[in-house]
Parts: sequence; structure tokens; C-alpha cells
Amino acid sequence: MAEAPESHRERLKIFLGYASGVGKSFRMFDEARRRKERGQDVVVGSIQPRRSPEIDDLLGHLEVIPPQIVEGVPVVDVEAILRRRPRLCVFDGLAYDNPPASRHPYRWQDAQELVDRGITVLASLNLQYIEEEREKVEAITGKHVTETVPKAFLYGADEIVVVDVPPESIAGLVAGSGGSPGGAALRLSALRELALLVTADIVDRQLETYLEERGMDQLWGAHERILVCVTPRANAARMIASARRSADRFHGDLHAAYVEQPELSSHDREALEANLAAAREAGAKVVMLGGEDFVEAIVEYARSQHITQILIGHSLRQGWWDRLVGGPIDRLMRAAEGMDLRVFPH
Amino acid sequence: MPDPTPNRRGHLKVYLGYAAGVGKTYQMLADAQDLAHSGGDVVIGYFESHGRADTILKAAGLEVIPRRQVEYRGAVFEEMDVDAILRREPQVCLVDELAHTNVPGSGREKRWEDALALLERGIDVFTTVNIQHVESLNDQVWNLTGVRVRETVPDWVIKEAAEVVMVDATPQALINRLLRGAVYAPEKARRALENFFKESTLVTLREMALRETAHEVEVRHVTPAIYDGEPDGSAASVSKRAPAAAERILVYLTADASTPLLIRRARRVADYLEAECFAVFVCREGELDRTPLERRAEIERHLNFARNLHIETRTLEGPDVATTLVEFARLQRITQIFAARPRYGRRRWFLARDLIHRIVRAASDTEVVIVADRGDAPAESKPR
Repeated sequence: MAEAPESHRERLKIFLGYASGVGKSFRMFDEARRRKERGQDVVVGSIQPRRSPEIDDLLGHLEVIPPQIVEGVPVVDVEAILRRRPRLCVFDGLAYDNPPASRHPYRWQDAQELVDRGITVLASLNLQYIEEEREKVEAITGKHVTETVPKAFLYGADEIVVVDVPPESIAGLVAGSGGSPGGAALRLSALRELALLVTADIVDRQLETYLEERGMDQLWGAHERILVCVTPRANAARMIASARRSADRFHGDLHAAYVEQPELSSHDREALEANLAAAREAGAKVVMLGGEDFVEAIVEYARSQHITQILIGHSLRQGWWDRLVGGPIDRLMRAAEGMDLRVFPH
Repeated sequence: MPDPTPNRRGHLKVYLGYAAGVGKTYQMLADAQDLAHSGGDVVIGYFESHGRADTILKAAGLEVIPRRQVEYRGAVFEEMDVDAILRREPQVCLVDELAHTNVPGSGREKRWEDALALLERGIDVFTTVNIQHVESLNDQVWNLTGVRVRETVPDWVIKEAAEVVMVDATPQALINRLLRGAVYAPEKARRALENFFKESTLVTLREMALRETAHEVEVRHVTPAIYDGEPDGSAASVSKRAPAAAERILVYLTADASTPLLIRRARRVADYLEAECFAVFVCREGELDRTPLERRAEIERHLNFARNLHIETRTLEGPDVATTLVEFARLQRITQIFAARPRYGRRRWFLARDLIHRIVRAASDTEVVIVADRGDAPAESKPR
């Protein structure tokens, strides 16, 4: 008896690992086996040429659609899978370029076609094969890979699982070329951190989409988002450096905002341009905000971006009027509910 | 020359999850089985099956140290028997649910204190924790779920772990497991789906756990010397890590109910920035003696709470609060002063605001961080 559908939206599920040997293929095939036992119609669309005995064991329980051989290279037989019409198809390894005569240039496009035609795909992928992470991974491992999968494909996944194990448990500890065993462990550890952060980013995006679709708002998420208020006068260098450090350590986002003022002297204009350039240099997303009121403009932007920390400079030369009714810092303190306000002297 | 009989401290391994049912205990047991098969001396100190069949199966064959019976108010409770484990002297001991609070009369108040006692005697400990039990995330979890988690583990205990592993499952898989009755009994499952197990909540908790694990992995490979690794220096962190700027954080602590939130936030920021962290209570000379007793008890509780999170505390007296605070900050080379945001609309908010104002003006080269009172009313995902 077939079981009730587990989810209406499930189409693509990715098992991400930070190195080969962490066990993502095992976990994926094990899930495929369990689903088959629960009555789902499961086939395997691609397997790796080198497999562990444990995986061969699992494959014994599953139906494998043999690859097509194109120019001597095994390619997923999309045609055969579509004729067979399973509920679910497993791809072990996604980052392969297909030979020129194939249906699609890349294997991830084979997977995409199945997804588009209503077949759920389970796929395993190594961090190093994500196009956008390639440079970072290469800086850690010194290894160059040529066949990759675009991150946009991962963003399209409804589910992503990170297979996290400590480096010591990896079968045949290998990462990068040479070095001491300690060095290899450190490199694996750096890859591990990156895989967790990539997953967190994908999860964060899924959350935003989920909340947006339902018209929900959630002010305090898991992610630090830091906003620097830039003015001509502010000691921007110090604020930007501090904000950058916080963003790095929390793996958060950095924004810098300037609220347009009508009459700037050419001297102030230059100072402002220099400050904004410094913010861009630091990797901040720089925005110019319109609006009559500085505080309102900043708070509105901060809310829309789910900012968690606002950095602002203050001047010691404050008039009696500001002290009595509250200057911009007082007003920000009051209006920026739910956000930390970091006040810098200048 | 190495000490021939090193008084070795045990290693702590933490299985971190984001909710009940992701498979932390299962994963811990699976690793213990592997270890036992390869000749390791492993015992179960405490294990909570929650009646889950696959978990019970996974524990089969492992030696269990019987629990201790503790009588409290006429009822009998079972707790981990630390003395029996110490007598047995295993290589590795499994301690499920690190955040558990022991029943009064058990010796130590918290299970994490029991675990520390085992580590001190050279026993390696495998343990499980959910992200919502991490002390410094308590307010964030409250804000997100509307649930004030009472059983927490201080961040420094997790920091002590030689290894933190994230046990991951997708929220959808978890919800399916819950619906199949694999996590809780039906009635409890239904209630769970309404709060902690709401999908948006699970996704956020999961992201928190992923980021927390990434952070724990990062501190371990950036400063590996502390964690047994070979100092190699070849593995640059993923973040273009700026050199530590020797940040020093000072928390301005008051009797106000928002103070624990302020302390947790400062602790968290200090951990991420690798900053030293201090907390002070400041009053005018002789004022403390005139302070009502319950208010003084409140202040003492807050100072204690800070100390429990490994924050050095001090009580200062001076002619003026703002200048005394800033003077202390200057002497201690503080780079960031943390203060709570005034609660607007309350009686005397104007005074609180004015005090912050004066701190900002006096601290002429120190950053002042005004921490939001995020937890005030749990803002559950409210419609826009």
C-alpha cells in the first residue's frame, strides 16, 4: 500500500557534505531504502564509479536505471527514467559535465528536468563542487575542480541536509595536497565550517521565502545584520572597521546607509563620498535613503532589512535643544525597537 | 618533558540539535556502538529513550550504569549516578540531555555539573544538547517561540567541548516524524506542532544551530592549540578573520528585570569577538545601604548570574553613576560599554534615558552599546 504523500512541496532534497567520506551518499541511499520500505516508488538514476561496500549493500535493495553511454561516458538516462515514471529518483553526485551529444550539458540539469516533470530528486553534493564556493574551497585545499553546480540550483531545493561529522571520523582522511596530518585536520575543519555556513545561508533564504509567502514577519532571526549610519562628519573609518569585524565574526551581513541632505558643502560632499567608498571597500551594501527625517529613514530601512545592530556616530557638541527634547540618538534609541544601538564618539 | 602520569582531563563531545527528534541521542549511541566494537570502554551514564523504538534498539548491548533513586517530596526520581560511574572508571560515558536540572537532593544542581565532574576525573563524555538550551540564546528563543526555556547550559561549558557536532534533519522530515508518532505521543505531538514545531520556528532554530556549530568549529581550528590540534596555521578561517582587536566589554548592570537579557547579549558578543567581559553595578556613595532589601537581592542575583557565565563582576560607589562607570571603563581599558535600552513609557524612563546620554558623553572614546529589550513581549511571527 502506498503511503500518503509526505509533503506537497517536496521536489528536490540535497545532501551536502564538506569532503568525500563524510557519509552523505550512505545517508541518502539509506533514506531512499527506508522510503521504499514505506511504499514509495524509488529508482536510482546515477551512482559513483567507486563505492563503499555499505553503499553496494543498500543498492542491493534499490532499482538502478543504468546510465546511457555517450561518447564512452556514463550519462543519466533521463529518457528511461521518464518512461519508468518513479515517484523518486536518486542522484549520487551532481557535479558532472555531460558529453556534447547529451540531452543537457550538465548533470544538475538532468536532475532539474526530472524535478520539473514532477519526480522528486534526492541528490548528494560535495561543498567543493558549488560554483560560488569554489574559490574559497581552493584556497583551503589547493585543489582545483572544473565541474561545478551553480548555487542557484541549491536555492531551488526545498530541503538541504548537511552531513556533519568531525574530521577524525572521515574514512581515509584526505584533504588537499601534502602537509602534516594536523594540517589536513585543520583544512577539513575549515571546509566543515564553510559547509555549515553555506547551509545556514540556504536555510535563511528558505525562511525568508516562507515568511514572505505567508505575509509573516520575524524580527529577530538567527542572523546578525549590521547597519552603519554614514554621515559626512562621522568617524566612519572606525565604525566601518568595527562593523566589519562584527559581521565577520558573526558571519553576518553588513549594510551602510546615508540619508540624503539637501545642502552639503563641497567639503562635506567629499568627506561623505570618501566614507561611502570606505564602506563599499569593506564589502558593505551601501544605500542612499531619501526622506525628510534622518531617524525615520534609518529605522524604516533597518526594519525592512531585519537589522540587528545600528552603528551611529555622535558629536559631543550637542546643543541645549537636543538635550532637552532629544537629539537623533535619543530618537533612534526610542524608535529602533528590537535593535542594538552602538554609539561611537567622534 | 611530558609528565609520566598526566592528570588528563576527559574530552567532551557535544551532539547539538535544533529540536527533539532530530536524532541526537541516536547518533550518539551509534558512535558509542562503533567505539565499543573497536574495543572502546563505553558506558551509558544516562540515556532518555522517550520510548522511541529505534533509539532503544541502538542502545542494545551497551553497558548501563544503573540510575540513582532520589526521594523528593514523597516521590522517587531517577538521576545519573555519578559516584557509581566514577567507581566504574570507564573511558567514555554517555550523558544524555546535558541541560537537565537534577531533582533537589541529588548533590549537584545541574547535569552539566555532573558531566564536568566526570571530565575532571579523566572520563570522556558524549552528550546531547538542543540549541534552545544554550544560555546566551535564551532571549532569542523566547522571542521566537514564546517559550522561556528554564533548563540552560552556560556557553562556556559548550566551549569546553573538544568537539561539537551538528545533528541535522530537515524541518519537513522532523514534522513528518512527529506526525507518524515517532517523536512524541499523539497529544504531545499535536501541541508541539503548535509552538516549537511550527515550521518557521524550526527553520530558524535550525539556522541558529548551524551558525552556532560553524562558530564552534571555527574557534577550534583558528586557535587549535587550545583544543589538542596541531598548531599548523595553514588553514585560514573561512572568514577573512581580522586580527583580534583586544576588545574589552563592560556591562552596566542594574536591578532592572531586563538585566539578564543584557548580560546574555554581552556574553554572546564577547564570545564572538573574543573579548574580555566585565560587569559592574554602580551606585552613589552610601546609596546601597538605603536600597530596599528586595532590590539589593535582585542586584545580587544579577551579579551572580553574570559570574555563572564567567563574567568578572564588581560593585562600584562614586559621587556620580555615569562618571564612576566611565572612569572604571577607562582604567580597565574597556572598548565597549553595554547598557540596557530605557523602557519608554515607564515611570522614570526620562531619567534612564538621561543617564545613557551622560554615559555616552562621558565615554569620549569608548563605544556605548544600547541593547534592545527584545524579549519584552514575545513577538511571535506577527503579520506585517
